[in-house]
Amino acid sequence: MFVVIAIFIGVASLIGGYIAIHHEDLSVAIIASGLVSLFASIIFLLLAAPDVAMTEAAIGSGLTTLIFFYVLNKIRQRND
Amino acid sequence: MDTNLLEIIGGFIAIAGSIFLLLGSIGLYRMPDAYNRIQAGTKASTLGTILSLVGLFFIFPSWFGKFMVLILFVLITNPVSSHVLARAAYFIKVPLTKLTQVDKWKEHRDIDESRKAHLRKVKIQKEGE
Amino acid sequence: MVNILLIVAASITLLSIGVSMIRFVIGPSPVDRVIAFDVMSVSSIALIALIAVLDNRIIYMDVALVYGILGFLGVIVVARYLERGM
Repeated sequence: MFVVIAIFIGVASLIGGYIAIHHEDLSVAIIASGLVSLFASIIFLLLAAPDVAMTEAAIGSGLTTLIFFYVLNKIRQRND
Repeated sequence: MDTNLLEIIGGFIAIAGSIFLLLGSIGLYRMPDAYNRIQAGTKASTLGTILSLVGLFFIFPSWFGKFMVLILFVLITNPVSSHVLARAAYFIKVPLTKLTQVDKWKEHRDIDESRKAHLRKVKIQKEGE
Repeated sequence: MVNILLIVAASITLLSIGVSMIRFVIGPSPVDRVIAFDVMSVSSIALIALIAVLDNRIIYMDVALVYGILGFLGVIVVARYLERGM
C-alpha cells in the first residue's frame, strides 16, 4: 500500500514541479513549489523519517512561500 | 470482541469521510466558477477530514488528545481561509459565472454610489441658490 | 479486516488528491489554484492520519499538525498578496 501511495504522490510532485518551472505567472509558480515540498514531506513520512518531514513542511512550505511572497510584494510596490 | 466491533465501525466512518473528500474534489473539478469551487471544495473537505479523524479515533481511543487538537484546528482554520480567499477573489474581480442571479454586494455598492451622486447634486443646487 | 477498510479509505483519499490536482493544472485563475492547494493540503492531513494508524506510530500525527498550521498560513499569505494588502 505504501508503495502505491509513494508512486502516486511522486507523480503528482513531478506535475507540480513542471508547473513551478514553466508557468508564466510567478505567484502560481510559488504556490506550485510549495505544493512540491508538501508532497515531499509525505514521501519523507513514508520513508519513516517524521522529523525530516516536519522540517520540510515547516521550512519548504511555510517559510519559503512567505518570504517569496514578501519579496514579490516589494517588487510590485517598486514597479508601481 | 467488543473492541473489534468498535474498530470496524471506525473503519466505516473513515471510509465515509474519504468519500466526502472525493465528492469535494469532484465538485472542485466540475463547478463553473471560482466562488462555487471555493464553496464546494472547502465545506466538503472540512467535513470529510473531521469524519476521517473521528473514525480513526474509534480505532485508537488512546490518541484522544492529538485527534481532538487536529479536529479543532481544521474546524477553525478551514472556514477562515475560504472566507479570506473568496474576499480576495471578489476584490481582484475574478469573473462570476453567467448563471449568477444575486450579487448583493454589487447592488449595495450601486445604491451607495447613486445616493452619493444625488447628495452631490443637491449640494450643488443649494450652493447655486 | 480493519486494515482492509483503512486501505480502502486511503485509496479514496489519494483519488481525491488526484482529482484536485487536475484542477490545479487547468485552473484558469490563481484563485482556483490556491483553492485546489487548500483542498489538497486538507486531504493530506487525513492521509497522514491514515498512514499513522496503519503504521501504528503516534509521532506521525505531529507532522499532520504542522501540516495543518502551514497550509492555513500559505493560503492566508497568498490571499493577502492577491488583495494587494500584505
